[in-house]
Amino acid sequence: MSATATEPQLSPILEARGLVKTYGHVQALRGANFTAYPGEVVALIGDNGAGKSTLVKCLAGAAQPDSGEILFAGETVRLSNPHDSQELGIETVYQDLALAPDLDGAGNVFLGRELLRPGALGRLGVLDKRAMRDRARTAFADLGVDLQDASVSVASLSGGQRQSVAVARAVAWANRVVFMDEPTAALGVVQSGRVLDVIRRVRDRGITVVLISHNMPEVLEVADRIEVLRLGRRVAQLRAADTDLQELVGAMTGVLEREEQA
Amino acid sequence: MSTEANTAPASAGPPQNGPGAAVPDSFDSLRSRLFDSSSPVWIFLVLVALVAIFGALRPTEFLSSFDIQSMFTNAAVAMTLAVGMTYVIITAGIDLSVGSVLVLGGVLAAKTMAALGAANPYTTGWWPIIAGLVVGVLVGLACGVVNGALIAWLRIPALIVTLGMFGIALGLADVLTSGVDLAGIPNRLGSTIGNGSVLGIPWLVVIAAIATIVGAFVLSQTRFGRYTYAIGSNEEATRRAGINVGWHLVKVYAIAGALAGLGGDLSLAHFTTTTISGHLEDNLTAISAVVIGGTSLFGGRGTMVGTVVGVFIPVVLAAGLVIMNVQSFWQQVVTGVILIVAVYFDQVRRRARNRA
Repeated sequence: MSATATEPQLSPILEARGLVKTYGHVQALRGANFTAYPGEVVALIGDNGAGKSTLVKCLAGAAQPDSGEILFAGETVRLSNPHDSQELGIETVYQDLALAPDLDGAGNVFLGRELLRPGALGRLGVLDKRAMRDRARTAFADLGVDLQDASVSVASLSGGQRQSVAVARAVAWANRVVFMDEPTAALGVVQSGRVLDVIRRVRDRGITVVLISHNMPEVLEVADRIEVLRLGRRVAQLRAADTDLQELVGAMTGVLEREEQA
Repeated sequence: MSTEANTAPASAGPPQNGPGAAVPDSFDSLRSRLFDSSSPVWIFLVLVALVAIFGALRPTEFLSSFDIQSMFTNAAVAMTLAVGMTYVIITAGIDLSVGSVLVLGGVLAAKTMAALGAANPYTTGWWPIIAGLVVGVLVGLACGVVNGALIAWLRIPALIVTLGMFGIALGLADVLTSGVDLAGIPNRLGSTIGNGSVLGIPWLVVIAAIATIVGAFVLSQTRFGRYTYAIGSNEEATRRAGINVGWHLVKVYAIAGALAGLGGDLSLAHFTTTTISGHLEDNLTAISAVVIGGTSLFGGRGTMVGTVVGVFIPVVLAAGLVIMNVQSFWQQVVTGVILIVAVYFDQVRRRARNRA
C-alpha cells in the first residue's frame, strides 16, 4: 500500500452539493454531495440503486440534476451535455467500452477528433494517419499500455488491452478529471492489475480519477479516498489507508452513518 | 482460413523497443494484409485464377482487346452501383433500391433531354444532354436523401425503407412512361459517352473508374470514410464520440442514390433506351459484389478494392463461359457459391475474433 493520499486541504477540483434527481417516482439522488480533489483516485461506492450512475451522469453532463449545485475548481458550472464537461477537461470511460472494434487503437483514441493533413488535403478531410498513430503510440507508452502494433484493430486485442485503449483515449483528452465506470468488471485478475496500474499512472500525472466499482478489495488497493453513497445520499467519506472492508460494507448497508443528513 | 484468427499476439510481454521491434511489426501487418477480411487477398486470387484458366484455355479469344474492353464495359454500371453500396454496407446498412433508382434516374434524364432538345434526336445539342444527365444524378440523390432521412431520423430499418423505395422508384418510372421504354435518346449521347472511347478506353469505363477511385480515396483516407467505418463498427460509440451519426447516414445513402442516378445515365447512354425492366436484380448484383469483396454485412469492415474484385468475378465468369461454349447460366451458380463461401469466411473470422 503505497497510497500517497493527497491531503484534502487542497480545494476540490469537482464538487457536487445537494444534487436531487428524480426519474418518475424514483428518487435517484436525494441531496447527494460529492467531492474530488486534484490528483487523487477517489472511489465512489454504493449498493445497487444507491445513485452512483446518476451522480456520475450529472457530473459528466449526461443528465441534469433537478436541483443542487455542481462546482468545478470552485466555480458553479452548468453541464447541459457531455460536450460541456469535455471542454472542462472531464472525460468518461464507459462500462460497456465505447470503442469501435474495427478501428485501430489510434483510430479509437482520435475518434471524433481526427487529425487532418495540413493544407489543401486537410480541407478535403484527408486524415493524418501517421500523426495520429505516433501520438497514440506515445499516449499508450506514457500509460504503460503494452500495444505492440497500434495499427491492429481493437477487436483483436485482449479485454485488458481494450480497456487500456479506452482509458488512454479518455486520458488523452481529459486533463482534469476522468470517470471510470467499473473499468475492471469484465477482466481477469492479471488484466485487472494492469488497468489498476494505468489508473495509478493517470493519477500520478495530476489527473483526478473517479473510480466507480463494486470490487471492495480493488477499491481499497487503488483509491486514495472513498466516498460512499446510500439511497441517493453520501453517507461516508473515508481515507483508504484508514478504513477496511468491514467499515465500507457497514457504510454501504447503513449500519454506519457518518455524514449528517443533508 | 480459420487459423489466421488474430493479427497481433494477444499475450502481453514487455514492450518491444529497439531495432528488433520493427520485424514482428511488419510481419504482422503482412499477415493481416493477406488474411484480414478488410483486404481479402484470397478473393483476389480467385479472380486471378479465373482469368488464368480462361486465358490458358482460350488465349486468343479471352485475352483479345475486344473481349477485355467488353468485360470492362459490362462491369461499368454495376461498378458505379457497387461503389455506393460499399459505403452503405460498411455502415451496416443495405440499399435494395439502387436498380429502381437507376431506372427512374434514366427515365427522367431521357424526359429532360426530350423536352429540352430538338424534335429530331439526331440534331439535339450538348446542353439538353448535359441537363438530362444532371437531372439523372439529382433524381438519384433525392431518392437517396429520402432513404437516408427515413433510416436515420425515423429509425425505420434500412431493409424496409429501401425495399419501399425499390417499388416506389420503379413504379414512378412505369407511371411516367406507361411502362414503355423511351426511345429517341439524343444520338450524340449514344455515340460518345454511351459507346465511344477516349484514348482507346470506353467512356463508360473511364467514368466508372473515376467514381471508383474517388470512392476508394474518400473511404480509406478521409474523415468521412473513417466515420463510415466507425458507425458500422459501433454506432453508439460513434455517437458518444460526438459525431452526428444521423446526418452521416443521410449522406451515405445520398451518395449511393446519386451513384445509382449516374448508373442510370450510363445505362441510358449505352443502350440508348431506358431499359425499365432490365434492372430488377441490380441491387442483388451490387450487394453480392460488395460482400464477395470482403465487406462485412455486419458493418465496420470492407474495402473498395475488394468491391472491384467482387464486381469482376461474375463478369469474367460470364465472358469466359460464353467463350468456352458453356451455358452462361452457370455463372449465376458459381457466383452464388462464391458469395456463400465469402460470407462463411467472414463469420469464421468474426467468431475467432470474438473469442480473443
